Amino acid sequence: MGKKLSPDQLCQLAHRAKAIRCHIVSMVTEAKSGHPGGSLSAADILAVLYFAEMNVDPAKAKDADRDRFVLSKGHAAPVLYATLAEKGYLPVEELLTLRKVNSRLQGHPEMKGIPGVDMSTGSLGQGLSAANGMALAGKLDARKYRVYALLGDGELEEGQVWEAAMFAAHYKLDNLTAFVDFNGLQIDGPIAEVLSPLPIPEKWQAFGWHVLIVDGHDYNAIYDAIQQAKAIKDKPTIIVAKTIKGKGVCQMENVADWHGKAPTREECRQFLADLER
Amino acid sequence: MADLATREAYGIALKALGDRNKDVVVLDADLSKSTKTNVFAKAHADRFFNVGIAEQNLMGVAAGLAAAGKIPFVSTFAMFATGRAFEQIRNSICYPRLNVKIAATHAGLTVGEDGASHQSIEDIAIMRVLPNMTVIVPADATETKQVVDFAAGYDGPVYIRLGRAAVPDLFGEAYQFRLGKAIQLIDGSDVTIIACGVMAAPARHAAEKLAAQGVSARVLNMASIKPIDAAAIMDAARDTGALVTCEEHSIIGGLGSAVAEVLAENMPVPLERVGIMDTFGESGTPGELLKKYNLTEEAIVAAAKKVVGRKQA
Repeated sequence: MGKKLSPDQLCQLAHRAKAIRCHIVSMVTEAKSGHPGGSLSAADILAVLYFAEMNVDPAKAKDADRDRFVLSKGHAAPVLYATLAEKGYLPVEELLTLRKVNSRLQGHPEMKGIPGVDMSTGSLGQGLSAANGMALAGKLDARKYRVYALLGDGELEEGQVWEAAMFAAHYKLDNLTAFVDFNGLQIDGPIAEVLSPLPIPEKWQAFGWHVLIVDGHDYNAIYDAIQQAKAIKDKPTIIVAKTIKGKGVCQMENVADWHGKAPTREECRQFLADLER
Repeated sequence: MADLATREAYGIALKALGDRNKDVVVLDADLSKSTKTNVFAKAHADRFFNVGIAEQNLMGVAAGLAAAGKIPFVSTFAMFATGRAFEQIRNSICYPRLNVKIAATHAGLTVGEDGASHQSIEDIAIMRVLPNMTVIVPADATETKQVVDFAAGYDGPVYIRLGRAAVPDLFGEAYQFRLGKAIQLIDGSDVTIIACGVMAAPARHAAEKLAAQGVSARVLNMASIKPIDAAAIMDAARDTGALVTCEEHSIIGGLGSAVAEVLAENMPVPLERVGIMDTFGESGTPGELLKKYNLTEEAIVAAAKKVVGRKQA
């Protein structure tokens, strides 16, 4: 392990990640639909990106030099909205309007409505291509910003992901770092049973990417992997983050059914208590 | 001016645009020699990116470039741009209204010998239906250049439909393209022929033939399919009482449908549509195919006479 976060930073990240998780559970409950499992699994990755790494500022949401984040697994919109709210892009109270008519918080992220959402996503497989374009534009303009993308592991079944993977390696987009939220589950069951995208690291390696494997709930490991990616030249980096779907809520952890199901109000109370423990 | 395919005019116009505007970036999916983006690539190698045979990523990369402030022009055959990558155009470009220009070549039957697999006859329909999309079908080299320059200055997604086969020059150098505005090529009082793309020249010839037979035909070139010039269509309905549309596209969903929508809701008058009759094309020379599929001045003349007859009935 190389670069480490300070104890104070670690404490802050734990605090933020817990808040993000509580928002996710409350939002999806209030919306009566949505995707809690894959939002909870990615909460620690987003916490590290937005609170320890990315050069972003809600006061300058459209700054040309800001780092970009593309949530390619757009169904995890709750984790993005919750993170942006914690960061100050939108009022925390607004999170409870998720999926409701006239809300900016669409079921899947919509970039025109919310400052801080860098790309509209939701249809799986498309985000990495957009991240490629942003990274390419950064190279063309000699800007220092970095582009991050988060893909689901089930999403790797989409062919466009591999078109995008070839492109990023071919054009040496070393300002691009992608994460795979490797929680092992998709809607219909384990990824290995539905249509196996395994082995994941070897595939990315074969496509010309620098590959790192981390525990996706270990802040230091995530942070260190990001630092390593920044030092790699002429190659994009993929961080395969081993995660637990539903992480933080015992009853949800590793249960495929919680991919796209809202908790009842009673369950919500239990889950929030669970998260507070 | 000699006959020139709109794809050839596109290549020249794109290169010139690139000379003036450093934000213009061009992407192609391994067809740059055919789409003529290679003209741009030779002059501006640092702003040309071949994405390989990967049209889904083509559209997504363009979306990302646009999100970061670039003006991407993306080209491949119309079939693969709008067919293979339809959903990427919808969700990654049109939904967020990103500033991407899709200049697709080899539209319609005049692809010729490659046959039906490569002949896009539905692209106008499936681009027209997308919210935030603008759809333009230039008819000649001059109009193509104007449309390329227009698209670069317009903020939002634009679909430009270009052809493989050479077409005659219709407009002089003074021509000015205006979005949502038809151009009257000939005035007339008995019937109005509305055409786009490669059918504009036969429409004009058809009007000349009709004049010799005592039928006075107005001819409108409708390059701007979306937004369409509803006022010009209603003026035509009011002044001439009958319309014919002609396009190198399925009669379902294209120019004919767009005109029919305006007429039906505002001023119903008889309409005949010349187009591809809900069938796939085949291999052959462009000329042979246009003839076989009734995309000719003779077919337009026949349709005009028929619709004038319906008016009097």
